[in-house]
Amino acid sequence: MTTTVRPERLAPPGQANGFGRSLRAEWTKFRSVRGWSIGLIIGALLTIFLGVFAAGNASVGCGSVINGVQTFQSGKACLPAIPLGPGGEAVTDTFYFVRQPLNGNGSITVRATSLTGFHSNGNQQAQSGPGGNPAAGMQKGLVSWAKAGIIIKASTKQGSAYAAMTTTGSHGVRMQYNYTGDTAGLPGLVSATSPRWLRLTRAGDTISGYDSLDGKHWNLVRTVTLAGLTGTVQAGLFATSPMYLKISQFAGGGNIQSGPSVATGTFDDIRLQGSWPAGRWTGTSVGAGQRGSYPDAGGDYHEAGGQVTVTGSGNIAPVVPGPGSGFPSATVDQTLVGIFVGLIAIVTVAALFVTSEYRRGLIRVTLAATPRRGQVLAAKAAVAGLVSFVVGLVAAIVCMTFGLQRLGRNGLYVLPVSAFTDARVLVGTAATVAVTAVFALAIGVIFRRSALAVTTAIVTVVLPFLLAVTVLPDSAANWVLRLTPAAGLAVEQSIPHYSQVAYISQPAGGQYPLPPLAGFGVLCAWTAAALALAVFLLRRRDA
Amino acid sequence: MSDVTARTAGPPTTAQLRAEVRQVVSLGSLVRTLRAEWTKLRTTSGPAWLLVGTVVVTAAISAAVAAASRCPAGTSCQIDMAKTSLTGVEAGQAVVAILAVLTVCNEYSSQLIRTTLAAMPRRSAVLGAKAVLVGVLVLLAGAVAVGACILVGREILPGHGFTAARGFPALSLTSGPVLRAACGSMLYLTLIALLSIGIAVLVRDSAVAIGAALALLYVFPIVTSFVQNPTWQHRLQRYTPMAGLNIQATTGLHSLPITPWGGLGVLALWAAAALLAGGVVFRLRDA
Repeated sequence: MTTTVRPERLAPPGQANGFGRSLRAEWTKFRSVRGWSIGLIIGALLTIFLGVFAAGNASVGCGSVINGVQTFQSGKACLPAIPLGPGGEAVTDTFYFVRQPLNGNGSITVRATSLTGFHSNGNQQAQSGPGGNPAAGMQKGLVSWAKAGIIIKASTKQGSAYAAMTTTGSHGVRMQYNYTGDTAGLPGLVSATSPRWLRLTRAGDTISGYDSLDGKHWNLVRTVTLAGLTGTVQAGLFATSPMYLKISQFAGGGNIQSGPSVATGTFDDIRLQGSWPAGRWTGTSVGAGQRGSYPDAGGDYHEAGGQVTVTGSGNIAPVVPGPGSGFPSATVDQTLVGIFVGLIAIVTVAALFVTSEYRRGLIRVTLAATPRRGQVLAAKAAVAGLVSFVVGLVAAIVCMTFGLQRLGRNGLYVLPVSAFTDARVLVGTAATVAVTAVFALAIGVIFRRSALAVTTAIVTVVLPFLLAVTVLPDSAANWVLRLTPAAGLAVEQSIPHYSQVAYISQPAGGQYPLPPLAGFGVLCAWTAAALALAVFLLRRRDA
Repeated sequence: MSDVTARTAGPPTTAQLRAEVRQVVSLGSLVRTLRAEWTKLRTTSGPAWLLVGTVVVTAAISAAVAAASRCPAGTSCQIDMAKTSLTGVEAGQAVVAILAVLTVCNEYSSQLIRTTLAAMPRRSAVLGAKAVLVGVLVLLAGAVAVGACILVGREILPGHGFTAARGFPALSLTSGPVLRAACGSMLYLTLIALLSIGIAVLVRDSAVAIGAALALLYVFPIVTSFVQNPTWQHRLQRYTPMAGLNIQATTGLHSLPITPWGGLGVLALWAAAALLAGGVVFRLRDA
């Protein structure tokens, strides 16, 4: 007598594609509320405005005295010529090079017996330049990444390919190559009682680095291939010492005192194999004396009785964001700071997308029409995510295009990145916006109240970042940016973290504690958890 | 009233009587309005929970930040003990904003606003009563929350290396700057409530209102930390609502972008402007 009408029977024949229908229904709902579209447009415009504003208000000036006439320049004119490494990244390549040309294959072996140094105390400007005593106004001490060792380099041109075996201030023996490569060798500081033997062998464009404690038993540290290393190369001894940075960190900021430093390495037992036609050493200060170059305190070398002493200052490393590079720099992701206002707008609209259905009782109609509740949520998530992705991508592209122009005009050097990284930052930003929208949507289903849902989403995504860049001490800030949904913003990091450079690595400088995709994964995990809870509650609860 | 009669010898004129009556009536209606708003707040469970939430969130975030702050032996730390202990206010203000926004927007979403305005046609009185009530409630909840924060800072921070011997005396409300930071934080939360009420009346939708309020509170500090031009950084720190948080500073006052009370004054201007704009729109617009 009683007939049960199954929901699926209600669907007219020929419309078996339930998800497609849900998707279309949700898209219709979304686009027919004018306020939501306006909200998204306002969000995108504010994002662009803030991004370009933040980028555009950083004009850099510099003054110089030429023939007694003071001239003032600003913007691009102040920027030094910054060398690029073989990988296309901006690099610092300033050091003292005691070299000989090497034809074809060969090797160089030395014994390093000491590494000492001086650094400025952070207050006084150390005297520099040829002829001046490099240690004037400095105090004794090695900076942690002071380096002295052997190097094979394509040419004396800044930014050319190289591989080096080096002793360091406090990181033991390292093999470093092409500015970004860094592999640890024997630990410990070198001294007369505890010397280190270093060896580099060249076979074509392949260079192997070895180290040894006794000159007999050798460990291979690493073998690297340097593209384009053909014919004659420059090889020999080098010393360099990066800027001394005294960082006193406290909640919400830090004080940086900086100044040049010098390092002196002593070598003996120098053995050369292969074709070294010059037969004698030549001292060259690579990268010295250029306007705006990396602050250095000069260098020199001394040869007596088979022992060579090399003193140098500078660095052979990638340029990192923030102070310490010797010139004002910015990263491409700094043009995207406006994204936070965009996130707030997106979160608001995404939460409303579901909470307004609850408020007006529309959810009952929706669920009567599509009884498969999970499918309804999936369709909503797809619509919110796709719309947010498109809006986010457009806003990010506009921000970056105009932001980079303004940064360049204002005299900031934008650290170059590959087109792939550019694309990852842009698409990643759009994806972060999209996933955050889905997160807010899920929270909207969980709470069913607009104000609560919007606040929860903003407080979990935006507030952790705010606290991390303003009040939190660094260790706490790093944990916050690892664990909360705000971790997703790591996808914007354009310059990787370089452990072989001592610098301040903070989110405000575009450096996050997690790698880009891992951070994005944390946001996705939060969103997946929220979605799972939302589906569970939506199925279980009366609408 | 007696003043009026005392100054004029002889029996009061009709005009004077009318003025008196109007005064009594308007005072009575203000009390009635306040009472009506109080009944509405009291009889829904939301506000009470949100006030509890303000206290819990503020104290919890403060405790977490205090627990994460360390000053290992042998290092020099620069930290403002009061400001660190009061960090939770940054999160607690979001809950305060929800409370303020819902007080207004729930009336719109349930159409109760029409009944309210039919019963009490003086719209400025309705808005004023809401502002006074929410303000007082937030001030009280803020007092509890700030008290908890100071207590948390006092208990946790000395164990993490911030001891009197190293120049960090335990937090105490008897110290003038700490008292200013504590009372100022209560006032800060109150002003955030008023600002949010103004925004809520302007936009009427709770989601949009809360989004706008939190954007105003959270976006400026982030943008400021990215802007590299010191002039603009200084301007943003001085003239946006974030200036109000300078009231929490107890050390390094000379390097603040704006004086503590001056910063709170800037926030008060924002709140006043939002309330005023809300009030004008509220009077002009159909409910």
